[in-house]
Amino acid sequence: MLSANLSAIFYLISGILFILALRGLSSPETSRQGNFFGILGMVIAITVTFLSIGNFSTGFVVVLIFLLIGGLIGAFIAYKIPMTAMPELVAGFHSLVGLAAVFVAISAFLNPEAFNLGSPGNIKLGSLIEMSIGAAVGAITFSGSIIAFLKLQGIMSGSPITFKGQHPLNAIILISIIVITYLLCSTQSSNLFWILLAISFLIGFLLIIPIGGADMPVVISMLNSYSGWAAAGIGFTLENTALIITGALVGSSGAILSYIMCKGMNRSFFNVILGGFGANEQSSSSQNKEQRPVKSGNADDAAFLMKNASSVIIVPGYGMAVAQAQHALREMVDTLKKNDIKVSYAIHPVAGRMPGHMNVLLAEANVPYDEVFELEEINNDFANADVAFVIGANDVTNPVAKTDPQSPIYGMPVLDVEKCKSVLFVKRSLSPGYAGIDNDLFYKENTLMLFADAKKMTEDITKNL
Amino acid sequence: MEIDPFIFRLSIFILSIFIGYYVVWSVTPSLHTPLMSVTNAISSVIIVGAIIAGLAGNSDSIFNTSSIFGFLAISLAAINIFGGFLVTQRMLAMYKKKKKDK
Repeated sequence: MLSANLSAIFYLISGILFILALRGLSSPETSRQGNFFGILGMVIAITVTFLSIGNFSTGFVVVLIFLLIGGLIGAFIAYKIPMTAMPELVAGFHSLVGLAAVFVAISAFLNPEAFNLGSPGNIKLGSLIEMSIGAAVGAITFSGSIIAFLKLQGIMSGSPITFKGQHPLNAIILISIIVITYLLCSTQSSNLFWILLAISFLIGFLLIIPIGGADMPVVISMLNSYSGWAAAGIGFTLENTALIITGALVGSSGAILSYIMCKGMNRSFFNVILGGFGANEQSSSSQNKEQRPVKSGNADDAAFLMKNASSVIIVPGYGMAVAQAQHALREMVDTLKKNDIKVSYAIHPVAGRMPGHMNVLLAEANVPYDEVFELEEINNDFANADVAFVIGANDVTNPVAKTDPQSPIYGMPVLDVEKCKSVLFVKRSLSPGYAGIDNDLFYKENTLMLFADAKKMTEDITKNL
Repeated sequence: MEIDPFIFRLSIFILSIFIGYYVVWSVTPSLHTPLMSVTNAISSVIIVGAIIAGLAGNSDSIFNTSSIFGFLAISLAAINIFGGFLVTQRMLAMYKKKKKDK
């Protein structure tokens, strides 16, 4: 049996390895090593836990069996999942962390002796507070992530679900969570503990339903952050350094990602959380529905324009993921490169349904990462490029964000696509984007609309090159 | 006067938030998806608590309500640990540089 001090040191080491795991992600070269550090940290934490309990009886075998079952399921999912489904996968995984936190909290509440927290009905006050916070945040993470998962998977409609009195109701529930936590700590009543869990599940559900599909990057990052805080709460209960460090790391990581995503949409965090964006904008867009002329073309025209270009910038968006067009796109780019045309990719921070979504898809299609650029890196290059190829993106290219203070997306950083000599816009129809506003780019003199499925159009262009 | 050990844990917590803040800002935006999957995997270190809960039963009764929740939590966390690290590895293996010989 490992002494408590020695195991604490090992937990610290494992926490440091987790920090190094995140540090490795500062560049793709060091990232794989970082992931290895992460795995090592986890192995140390688990081994030390077994050794410090030092009980290798039947229970140990049962633990191993459950560990193995989970591990096999996890490994199977990791190998089978297509890269386009990454947002759903991450949302699903967050829900599991949340639920695991809830289960650990329940277990600690029912059997506090095992964790040195006192006895049932007489749990140490500090531990009970930490436990309640961990359980409540875990429950919110769980039900919120389930809703996010259903929305991303398309099982549930991606449009915001709003109803009258939604915000007051949420406020009442949030306040009652605090009140119940207080009562729970003063009475140690197990009924209150179950009620706390139930309403936390409910509020997680209610918080996410009013948030629309394209705000999912913020939601996923936010749930990522919650799962960290839940882990930290449990870490305080268990007095475990590895959990506290990890919880803090994950919590701040998710918070930073949420911040970056909100900034990419020029919206405040509260604006996103309150939800309903995109639902109430429909009226304003239908008012000015005058027919404006658009130029539309076919794959032949597009191929002609690109063949005569010397540089092409590709702007991918969520539509590319939906159409699974990333491989077809890379084949088109290969053909362009053979003709000595310079090609680069421009990625908007909120393109896709989660932070970095487009980068992963392009990486999957074997696009070298040094051809892929972020908004600030590439925005000045549009003025010098011959062709911009917009595939599956919409609102992030809308020049209205720079020109019309009335527009709901005014002030959002956008890609200066319209500055290119010509713009090719692959889209299925002229329908407005997620924000419910018309894209001025469609009607520009130098824009050629390509009405087709993104994948099919890209393949057709390649044939014509 | 003695300092409550809670304060030490709180110090670790706050300092780790700062470490997280600086480390995560230095993550390149193109790796934000792997960042999410790896943070997901490491937050499953909560399995430590699940193992303690699972092994808490005495040798006569391995399965009581408390330990069953522990066992279930072990499986949930294990899905995340294996799934999270493996999918991250799969993603990171795809990030390649331009071939120099072109």
